[in-house]
Amino acid sequence: MATIRRKGNKEVPAISTASLPDIIFMLLFFFMVSTSMKEVTYKVDIHAPEATELQSLEKKSLVRYVYVGEPKKEFKGKYGSETRIQLDDAFADVSQLEEYVVREREAMNENDQNLLTISIKADRDTKMGIITDIKQALRRAYALKVNYAATKRVQY
Amino acid sequence: MGKRKVQEINASSMADIAFLLLIFFLVTTTMSVDKGLSRRLPPPLPPNMEKPDIDVKKRNIFIVLVNSNNQLLVQGEPLDVKQLKEKAKLFIQNEANDASLPEKVPVEVEFDGIKETLLTTKNHVISLQNDRGTQYQKYIEVQNELVAAYNELRNEMAQARFGMKYDELDENRQKAIQTIYPQKISEAEPKNYGGKK
Repeated sequence: MATIRRKGNKEVPAISTASLPDIIFMLLFFFMVSTSMKEVTYKVDIHAPEATELQSLEKKSLVRYVYVGEPKKEFKGKYGSETRIQLDDAFADVSQLEEYVVREREAMNENDQNLLTISIKADRDTKMGIITDIKQALRRAYALKVNYAATKRVQY
Repeated sequence: MGKRKVQEINASSMADIAFLLLIFFLVTTTMSVDKGLSRRLPPPLPPNMEKPDIDVKKRNIFIVLVNSNNQLLVQGEPLDVKQLKEKAKLFIQNEANDASLPEKVPVEVEFDGIKETLLTTKNHVISLQNDRGTQYQKYIEVQNELVAAYNELRNEMAQARFGMKYDELDENRQKAIQTIYPQKISEAEPKNYGGKK
């Protein structure tokens, strides 16, 4: 019987790493596509409330955010600890909200204007008073689609 | 001298560069998708108009009040949030055609092109009113339970009719179920009971 024999003791060849960049690039593209950068830096503390019947916001370009909560520590000296709202990158007053929504809507594509959704990201300990004021302002601005941001509740 | 071969570019550092980018995106990425409860606000009232007095029969209204201590008063009785869903379901469904629960009205529903007339509690309204001092979390919980009641009823109907979940149905079938269980949550203008601003 003929058996194949190795001639001498050949060294195990090194594993080729030529395809490593390709693999890494693949991972990289995955993360690049799936990533969403933080829209703004929060100036208010937000611990979202919990709920179960959640729907995800589909088109990010149609959503504008209103942040509600107590100012973060570094802003407390200047703005106090009263619940404030944040629009884009700055603190704002409820009276500015209507104008903000109108401005944002006008900047949008005409076909999308009535699809504008306002996502209210509020801290769970916020009092309803300010939320109600926001809702009334949104009604006046005819931004009727709202979304109350919440996280999934696992159990009671 | 003969033709010299063009030297190949050394690509071994490519992996390092890619790694660097990868790590950057790994760190900055936030996978969380924005989720929340979607609701529709009622359109604003014209300023010079009086509030329209819509006549709703008393049996058709399901009143949920939340005070500034986050306590619930449902149909005049204190209730825990956890029981709200069941109570709302009983109200919306009114299976036994109880006289204290909403009246049943015949409604024409189209199931896959076949028209049927069913008795539904079309005219019911769930009225939600909260205090200015109510905690936001409580408000979301109450809203969540009410939406959950509707979702469960719709799912039950979808299972019975089509053997599928409501979310999996096509648009026409969803519409048919929506006409049986229309979502009617009305939020009253808030009042300040507590006195504190």
